[in-house]
Amino acid sequence: MSTATETTPPGAGGFGGPDEADLHQADLPPVARLATLTLALTVAGGVLMAAQYGKTHSFTAPTVLAAAAGVVLVVNVALLARAKAFAWAVFFRVFGWALLAYLVVAGILEFVFIYDHTPSHPLALFSAMLLLFAVDVPLILAFSVARWQPAPDTAV
Amino acid sequence: MTDTVLTDTGPDPVVHSAAGPGAGTPHGAPGPPVVPEFSIVPVRGLPIVAALLAGLVAAIASNSLWALTFFHVGGGGLWTSIDLFLGLIIGPILGGLSVQARIEFTTRFMPKMLLIMPTLVAMTLGAGFQLARHVGNLDASYPHHGWLVASYVIVGVMAVIALGLLEPANLAVLFELKKPRPNGERIGRLMKIFVYTAGITGVLQIATIVIMTFLASR
Repeated sequence: MSTATETTPPGAGGFGGPDEADLHQADLPPVARLATLTLALTVAGGVLMAAQYGKTHSFTAPTVLAAAAGVVLVVNVALLARAKAFAWAVFFRVFGWALLAYLVVAGILEFVFIYDHTPSHPLALFSAMLLLFAVDVPLILAFSVARWQPAPDTAV
Repeated sequence: MTDTVLTDTGPDPVVHSAAGPGAGTPHGAPGPPVVPEFSIVPVRGLPIVAALLAGLVAAIASNSLWALTFFHVGGGGLWTSIDLFLGLIIGPILGGLSVQARIEFTTRFMPKMLLIMPTLVAMTLGAGFQLARHVGNLDASYPHHGWLVASYVIVGVMAVIALGLLEPANLAVLFELKKPRPNGERIGRLMKIFVYTAGITGVLQIATIVIMTFLASR
């Protein structure tokens, strides 16, 4: 086992207190909170749908929840796109792999609904919720990693 | 294997709150903590994950009662046990270890969790939905439907906690440890989120077990 030594100058972060990444947190939009809100709205819609499975019912409440989740997601992406100092390379690397993983999970659930001959209206709503889920979770993961990484114009 | 030696540049709340003399070294001698080389995603585990997901799809497609029960009960049992063990047993132990020990544990443990937990969640929920539909529990006319809806709500809350807090903290710790100069205070903060949320989801899992065993005994 070989060892490489790296000396950290005093006050430059290292294995200690706040560093540049902490300082620029205030400049970032509340992406994690908004994405968690999207997730909560999507899950709430999914729970409502599942609770009424096999029963004739109105889709109004789940549709409103899914639409609200979609709006929050779009707003969130727009806010993030305006972030200036941000580790975009890391963000897209994590987002890409996480998207692949969660599309597989969403695909399995979609397969279950199609295999069970779910009627077209609830199937469309379930599919929209799965799409929101498959995009939103990678967004949370990628942002949570990239927010602590050095932005291109900063050095940590 | 290549290690990176990190120089402790000053007060570190994590180091001083939990570690005693000699903290930050492999064998108790004073010195900077060492971060072992590690892979964020353990590639060797991916074929196992793929095999389990393929088995899940086969179980759903075949509607085999045994296979669906296996994936649902097996996945759910492991998910619950790991969450409880992590939150109530490993968490407090981890908090009392030296910084070096915590780093060594984290770099070996967290990448595995990145594969294990989402796989168990997909197995449990995918097979559970199909199993409930197969035996007729999913239908709104099922006499104990209210109990089932309560379990959906609990699973929904767990999903938001796990995907909104636990998994992001897990991933952020791993990327922080990959930096040339990881921030110990930040790692400590993120690990606390990880361990506490694992404990909360573990406690919520107990409620799910109560509901599931009640339904299974009807």
